[in-house]
Amino acid sequence: MAFRPETAVHLRALAETLLRGPNTLTSAEREAIAAFVSKRNDCTFCYLSHRAASAHHTGGDYSFVDTVANGEGVAPVSPKLRALLAIAGKVQQGGKQVSADDVARARAEGATDVEIHDAVLIAAAFCMYNRYVDGLATLTPTDPAAYDPMGKRMATQGYVPHAR
Amino acid sequence: MPHIALPDLPGIRGPMAFRPETAKPLNDLVDVLLRGPSSLSPGERELIATFVSAQNDCRYCQTIHGAIAAHHLGGAEDLVVAVKTHPQSAAISDKLKALLVIAGKTAESGKLVTAADVEKARRLGASDLEIHDTVLIAAVFCLCNRYVDGLATWAPDDPAFYRQRAALVAENGYAASTLVTGPSK
Repeated sequence: MAFRPETAVHLRALAETLLRGPNTLTSAEREAIAAFVSKRNDCTFCYLSHRAASAHHTGGDYSFVDTVANGEGVAPVSPKLRALLAIAGKVQQGGKQVSADDVARARAEGATDVEIHDAVLIAAAFCMYNRYVDGLATLTPTDPAAYDPMGKRMATQGYVPHAR
Repeated sequence: MPHIALPDLPGIRGPMAFRPETAKPLNDLVDVLLRGPSSLSPGERELIATFVSAQNDCRYCQTIHGAIAAHHLGGAEDLVVAVKTHPQSAAISDKLKALLVIAGKTAESGKLVTAADVEKARRLGASDLEIHDTVLIAAVFCLCNRYVDGLATWAPDDPAFYRQRAALVAENGYAASTLVTGPSK
């Protein structure tokens, strides 16, 4: 990102809108979708940083995001979010995997078209960020604790420096 | 039929018009990557986008970016087909062939790109910025392809549609299309 500020500014703006913009899904839920997809793409940096960001949207408690990222369809993950995660997981494999049934199930659980759209785009966007990070073999701390302050910053200050 | 109720526009333009808030940074990003100042020509960068979209089997993206590549390269539609089907024997530079190897691996998984792949591209004259942009173009099209197919958007069959649209995009760019299909700002 620092190497190529011309592209970084738009990458940050996209993350800011998707994860922190006005939305009926909470930021904790959207960051958890990002962490879930990044974990499935085996991208340690994105997984652990967005895991921490999600946790810091709920006061630093990791239990919600860990339940989501582990793919456990249990409380406190709502049935609607579970259905959206099923869509996100298919997008991670390939867009064509998403079926009309998957979408109908999400809708039956109360998901709106914008929420379905955003679940697809968050998953697709993290298929990009994950490949960008790993394709350039960026430096990746492995201790989850190292990401806690980063997640707190992402949750409280966001992704666009001048918006702080 | 698309999975959600989208404006009646083909491919990525439907969801982009549906959600202009996210269309803007996406179009701005693609504009910088494919049309901004770069030592790779717009035609070469569109070929990378086309190659990745073909590997990901996204019909709309590979057809429209293939048409834009051909437009930038003086109508070289055969070359576009060659790059999609057998890039290593296509009539492109050895540097671009090495960059396509990196792009193809990035599209599969970022972790597959090896130091040897990067070293080879460098030896054939690729700069760090060109390697960076190749990885990011490939990653961005993994987003676009999934966005287009994940919402089951529709794609026209008529090649003439893509040629006509390609000429417009080559002329006006991607950032301009946010303004055309979405509310201003």
